[in-house]
Amino acid sequence: IMADDKDVLRDVWFGRIPTCFTLNQDEVTEREAEAYYLLLPRVSYLTLVTDKVKKHFLKVMRTEDVEEMWFEYEGTPLKWHYPIGVLFDLHASNSVLPWSITVHFKNFPDRDLLHCPSSSVIEAHFMSSIKEADALKHKSQVVNDMQKKDHKQLWMGLQNDKFDQFWAMNRKLMEYPTEEGGFRYIPFRIYQAMSDRPFIQKLFRPVSPEGNAYTLGDLLKEMYPAAITNDGEQKRYQVVIHGIEPLLETPLQWLSEHLSHPDNFLHICVVPTPSD
Amino acid sequence: MPVSLLWAVDVYGRVYGLSTVGQQWDQCRDAQMEFKRVTAAQECCWGIACDNNIYLNVHASDLSIRYQEETYENQRWNPVDGFSERLLPSDRWQWSDVTGLQHQPLDSFQLPSSSWEWEGDWYVDENFEGEPTEKGGWTYAIDFPATYTKDKKWNSCVRRRRWLRYRRYKAMDTWAKIPSQHTTLPDPFSDISCGGWEISEEPRGRLSLWAVSLQGKVWFREGIYHQNPEGASWEEVLLPGEVVQISCGPADLVWAVLWEGQLIVREGISRDCPKGASWAIVESPSSDVGATHVAVGNNVVWVVTKDNKVWFRRGVNSHNPCGSGWISMVGEMIMINVGQNDQVWAISSEDRAVYFRQGVTSSELSGKTWKAITVPRDRDRSQSSLILSLSVFLSAGCFFCGEVRAPSVASDAESDLEKGSADGPGCLVTSTSPDTFVDEDTISHEGDAKAPCAGVALSPSQSGGPLDTQWSNVDLEEAQSQQAQTGAVLDSADTCSLSSVATYTLAMEDPYGGDEHPLWAWVSGGGCSVDSHSQLSWFNSVNTASLVQSVQSMSLSVSPAQTAAWRKQIFEQLSERTRREIDNFKHYEQAIEQSVWVKKGSMQWWRDWKPHKWIDVHFALEQFSGPEGNKDGILFIYYNYYEEKKYLHAFINEVTILVPVLNDSKHTFAIYTPERTKQRWPIRLAAATELEMHDWLALLSVSCCDSRGIQGPPSKQAIWSITCKGDIFVSEPSPGIEAVPYPTPCDQMFWRQVGGHLRIVECNSVGIVWGIGFDHTAWIYTGGYGGGLFQGLASSTDNIYTQTDVKSVYIYENQRWNPVTGYTNRGLPTDRYMWSDASGLHECTRANTKPPSPQWTWVSEWAIDYSVSGGTDREGWQYAADFPASYHGYKTMKDFVRRRRWARKCKLTTTGPWQEVPPIALSDVTILPCAAQSTVDMVPVWAISNKGDVLCRLGVTALTPAGSSWLHVGTDQPFKSISIGAASQVWAIARDGSAFYRGSVSPQNPAGDCWYHIPSPAKQKLKQVSVGRTSVFTVDENGNLWYRQGVTPSYPQGSSWEHVSNNVRKVSVGPLDQVWIIADKVQGSHSLSCGTVCHRLAVQPMQPKGQSWDYGIGVKKPNMKLSPFFVLILSFPKCNGPTK
Repeated sequence: IMADDKDVLRDVWFGRIPTCFTLNQDEVTEREAEAYYLLLPRVSYLTLVTDKVKKHFLKVMRTEDVEEMWFEYEGTPLKWHYPIGVLFDLHASNSVLPWSITVHFKNFPDRDLLHCPSSSVIEAHFMSSIKEADALKHKSQVVNDMQKKDHKQLWMGLQNDKFDQFWAMNRKLMEYPTEEGGFRYIPFRIYQAMSDRPFIQKLFRPVSPEGNAYTLGDLLKEMYPAAITNDGEQKRYQVVIHGIEPLLETPLQWLSEHLSHPDNFLHICVVPTPSD
Repeated sequence: MPVSLLWAVDVYGRVYGLSTVGQQWDQCRDAQMEFKRVTAAQECCWGIACDNNIYLNVHASDLSIRYQEETYENQRWNPVDGFSERLLPSDRWQWSDVTGLQHQPLDSFQLPSSSWEWEGDWYVDENFEGEPTEKGGWTYAIDFPATYTKDKKWNSCVRRRRWLRYRRYKAMDTWAKIPSQHTTLPDPFSDISCGGWEISEEPRGRLSLWAVSLQGKVWFREGIYHQNPEGASWEEVLLPGEVVQISCGPADLVWAVLWEGQLIVREGISRDCPKGASWAIVESPSSDVGATHVAVGNNVVWVVTKDNKVWFRRGVNSHNPCGSGWISMVGEMIMINVGQNDQVWAISSEDRAVYFRQGVTSSELSGKTWKAITVPRDRDRSQSSLILSLSVFLSAGCFFCGEVRAPSVASDAESDLEKGSADGPGCLVTSTSPDTFVDEDTISHEGDAKAPCAGVALSPSQSGGPLDTQWSNVDLEEAQSQQAQTGAVLDSADTCSLSSVATYTLAMEDPYGGDEHPLWAWVSGGGCSVDSHSQLSWFNSVNTASLVQSVQSMSLSVSPAQTAAWRKQIFEQLSERTRREIDNFKHYEQAIEQSVWVKKGSMQWWRDWKPHKWIDVHFALEQFSGPEGNKDGILFIYYNYYEEKKYLHAFINEVTILVPVLNDSKHTFAIYTPERTKQRWPIRLAAATELEMHDWLALLSVSCCDSRGIQGPPSKQAIWSITCKGDIFVSEPSPGIEAVPYPTPCDQMFWRQVGGHLRIVECNSVGIVWGIGFDHTAWIYTGGYGGGLFQGLASSTDNIYTQTDVKSVYIYENQRWNPVTGYTNRGLPTDRYMWSDASGLHECTRANTKPPSPQWTWVSEWAIDYSVSGGTDREGWQYAADFPASYHGYKTMKDFVRRRRWARKCKLTTTGPWQEVPPIALSDVTILPCAAQSTVDMVPVWAISNKGDVLCRLGVTALTPAGSSWLHVGTDQPFKSISIGAASQVWAIARDGSAFYRGSVSPQNPAGDCWYHIPSPAKQKLKQVSVGRTSVFTVDENGNLWYRQGVTPSYPQGSSWEHVSNNVRKVSVGPLDQVWIIADKVQGSHSLSCGTVCHRLAVQPMQPKGQSWDYGIGVKKPNMKLSPFFVLILSFPKCNGPTK
C-alpha cells in the first residue's frame, strides 16, 4: 500500500539536521569550549532553536566579551531569516554530516545579516511570510479571516514544534476551490548557491489557462532555465527541496501543498552537482 | 451521486446518452431506427420512433424483472373419491384466481409480449403464512370461500393449493416495441412524456406515461410498474382542445400545450387517481405569441413560446398546480425539459446545443445561468483519435485551424432546415412551431442522410461521423445538389452503390474536420440524477484546438496520481533523507523541548446534578508528551456550583468514545470513559456552532488516537459499529477481548469515528466492509480514514468521497371522533397533541418540526405516509379505540380515534471513505467472515434488496471488495435479514417472520440450490439472524434472542429454538461463535441505557450459548429533547477473530 500524502507533511515537519556547533577560534574564552551537538528542525529558524547553544558557550565566556550571536558556515554568514533546511541545502547539501557551524559572538556582519534581538522579530518575519504567501494564494482572504489567536496558533506551533497544533490551522491556508484546481499563484522562492543575488520570486500560477497543471519543470523553465538538464547534457545543477530532488514532472500545486515550509513558501534551492 | 444518463436525440433521429460521470455522448447503438422523441425515467426510457410506434428501453439491472403468475387448484371431498377435482355445480372453477370468480387453467396464461420469457414451469407453493404445509401444498376449509388452514380437520370439505410460475422480462437495454392497440389508436403518436414516480411508492416502480397523437388527442398508459414495465393499455383522456405537446413531472404536475397556444393543467392527480380528473386552462405567457412547449418538474413549470422565448411559472406546487404568474427568462430555446430535482435542460434555437440551467436549487428554482454541454459525441472522439494518428503524417496543426466555424455553420444549417420544411416533399406540418417541423423534416430527410452512410464501407464504425460534417457544415441545398451531381446518392438508400463511396470520400474536401457541434432536437433529463451540487465534467469545452491536451489528460487519468513516478520518488527520497540525516544521529539532543499545549473554549455542559440542564462552562484540553514520548492530555471542564468554582476532568487516554449526539437545536456530543460507561452517564457537551463542535471533536479524536498510538486506517480486525444517528465507529480489538476466563471488559474498548453516514455496516477479516445508508444505498469501504468532520491531518487524502444520505422524519396527525362533527382535530383535554411524535408525548407540527440536526436539510414537503404497518385507509388514516392503542387501517364501530403519519425527507451531505455500489438499494448485507486464502479468492457476499429480493454478489475479493454484479436468488416472498456463517451457511429471515436455510452453498455453487423453511419460535416473528462458525442466533420482533439448537454438519437446519435473553435489538455472532448484541434497558449506576453494546461471556465450544453479559457503551436519554439516543449496530471481522 502506498503511503499517504499526509505522511509527507509529517516527514517535512520532522526533518532534522544533525549539527555540530563550534565556537569561533577568535572568541575570548576562559577555558576551552567544547563543541555542541544538536538536531535542528529543518523548518525552523536558527535563532529560534539555538538558546541551548548560546547557553552552552556563554558558560565559558565573560559577559563583556559577548555581543549578538551569529553563525557562519565555511566563511558564509548564515541568514537566520532563511529556514534552517534552506541554509543547509544551499550551502552544505553535499557535505559530510553533522553540519559544522561556527558560532560567533562579535564582529556581527551587518552587511550580510539582519539583527535578531528577540524571538518577536522572528515571529514578525514568519507571520509576514505567511501573509505574503496567502496574498498570492487567496488574495489574503484566508489569513485575514483568521483571528489573532489563530495566527498565534501557527506561530506557537512552529516555536514549540507542535505539528498538530500548527497543521490544525495551516490546513485552512492550503485549501482552494476545487474547480480552480489550485491556488491563485504559487508562493515560491528559488535560491541559487554561489550567487550573491537574493532569491527569485515572481508570479506563477499552478494551472495553465487550458486547465493543465504546471509542474516543477514548467516553473524552472520560466524562472531558471539553466537549472534544467537538457537531453544529452551533463547534469550541472540539483534542484533541492527539503533535502530531496523531486522529479521535474511533479505538479507544482502538490509541491506547494506538501513541501512548503511553515511560512507557506516553497523554498527551492538550485545547487551545483557535486563534481565527484 | 449515482451514475445516470441524460438522453437526447439529434436532428437526424439518432439517440444518445450522456452519463453523469462521462465526458461524451454515447450513441445508443441498439436503435435500429431513428427516433423523434424520448422521455426518460431512472430505470427506463420511452421513445417514439420514426415508424410512429412507441418503444421502451429498460435499463439492465442485476435485479431481474420477474412477474409472478398464480392460480389456484380447488378440490372438494366426496365419500367415494376422497378429495377430487369433481366440484359441486355451485362451486368455483376447478382452476381459478384467489377469489374463485375467474376461471384460470394453467394453459390460459400467455406471455404478454415477445419481451417476456418463462423462467420455469408451474409448481406448487408449499409455504402457507410462514409455515410449511403438508405434502402437496394443500390448505383446507369447511367450504368455499372460507378460512383455510394447513391442517386437515374432520370437517374439511374443500381444499385448494396455489400454483406459481414466474415470467421474466428479457428485453433489457434494447428498444422493445410496445404492442399497439390498433382498434383504439387510429392515429400515430407525436409526443410522449413519463413521470409520476413520486406520486406513490406502491406498486413499486409505478410510472405515469402520457402520449399525444397527431390528431391532438391525449392518452394515458395504465398499469406501468416495476414488474410490468410495458404497462397494460392506453386510455384516452378527454380534452378541452387539441394538444400538441405534454409534460408530466416526477410528482403530480401535468401540463400540456394546445394548438392555439394556451396551456392546460391537469388537476386532481393523486395517489388514488394518477390520471387526474379535469383540466384547467392557463393563458400563454405572451398575449400575442402562443406557447409551443411546456416542461414541468416537481414544483416548476417552464414554457417556450413561438418566438423561442423562455418563461418560468411562479408559485407552482401540489396545491396550486396552475401557479400564479409568468417570469420572462433569458435565452432562446426550441424546447425545454425538466428532469430530476427540478433541474432544467434545453436546446437553444441558435446553435441547437443542449444547455443546462445552472444553480437550480429548492430555494432558487429558476436557477442562474444557461450553460452549454460541450462534450463531444463518441464518434467525434473516434474521429479525434484518427486525427491524432493522421497528424503524424501531416504538418503539425493544420487540422486544428477551423475551430470557430461550427456554431455559425450550425445556425445556417438550421435556417436551411427551416426553408427545407417549407418546401420539403414530406412536410406534414405548416406550423411555425420549431420543434414540430424539425422532427417531421429530419425524418423526411433521413433517407437521404442514410444513403451515403450505408455506402461508406471503408470505415463502418465511423460512417456517421463524416456525414455529420456533410450535413451540418454544408448548406442543405448545396449538399443535395452536390449529391445530385455525383448522381449516385440522392433520393433513397437503394440507389447507393459502391461507386458512391469513392465519389463521396473524394467529394468531401475535409472529411474529418468540422462538425464539433451536434445539432440536437430533443433532450430528456428525467433519468438524470443531478442537482445543483453535482460535479459534472460536461462543460469543459473540448474543441479541436485542445484535443491533444484532452487526450493527454485522459491518459493521465488512466494511471492514477497515487502511482505516479514523481510521488513514488518523493516518498522514497524522504525516507532516504530520514536515514541519512536522522537515523544515525538519534542520540543528538533535540533543539526544541516538548512542552504543554492548552486549547481552551467555551461550551455548555449537561450538568451532573438535578435538575439537569445545560450550563455554561469553560472547556480546556491540555496536551503534553508522556514519559515514552507518546502524547497524552487531560480535559478540564470548569463550572460554577452555587457560586463556587469547580472543575471536573478526564484523562484523554481514558476516553473510550466521543459521539456526536442528535439534537435538533444544539451541537452536542458525549464523552465516555469506562467509569462513565458503568454509570450510563457520559459527559455531555454542546458547542456554540457546528463548526466549533467539529473542530473540538476532530482535535479530541486526534488526541485520543495519539494517546493510544492509533493512526491511519482501521485494521482488518477492527470491529465496526453504527450509532442510531448514522455515525460510524471502529474499535481495534484488544488481544484479551475473548480471553478466558477474564476477557477485557467491553466498557474499555476504544471507539474512534470514521467519516460517512450509514444505517448498517458489515465487515470481514480481509478488510472488506460494506455499508447501507438510510436511503438503502449500498457503500463499500475504500480503505481510507477520516472524512466528515475529520479534515486535514485526521483524514487520509485519498479514498475520501462525497456521501449523501436521505431519511424521512415522521410526525402524526391525531383526531378524535365526536357524535356531532365526526372526526375533528379537537381532542379531549387528556388527549395527546393533535400533531405529535409517535409517542404522542411531544407536540410536533408540520411548521415547527425541524430536521434531526443542523446537518440535515429538507428536500421534500410534508406528505401523507401510506406505508405504515397495519395499513391505512385511502386518506392515510389508521383507527383505534383510544390513544395509545394498536391501530388498524379501516374504521370499525368501536373506533373513536384515528391518526395518520406524515413524512418529510431530509438529506445529509458529508464525506468519508466510502464509494457507492450502484444501482440496487439494499436493506441488509452479509459477508463471509472467513479469511480468504489469497487476495484473489472470491468472498461470498449476500444481500437483501430494499424490496426483499435475495441477492448474491459475484466477484468480491479483497482487491475488488465491491464485486462485479448481483446474482438474483429467487424466493417466493420478500426477505428482510440475511447472514452467512464461517462455513458458508446462509440463513435468512422472510418478511413473514419465518427463517430459511439455503442449501448447498459452496464456492462452486455460490448461490446454493434451494431454501429450507424453518418455522419461527411459537407466536414470534423473527426479524434478524446472525450466523457464526456453528451457532445461529436470531432476534424476534419482541426483542427476544434465540439460539438454534441441534445444528450439526449433517443437519445444518437444527431442531428447535431456545430462548437466551430479552431486550435485544440486534445480534452479531463472530467466526469463533463470539456473541455480541445491542441491548436495551441495561441498568447503570446513574441511569438506564438503551442501545448498549454487550458481549456474551463464557462462550465455549461445549457451551455456545455462553453464560452472562458484559456491558459496554450505551446511554438512555432521560429527556427526549436533550439527550442522546445511542445505538450501536455491531459488526466485526469474524474469522481471525479478535483473539489473534
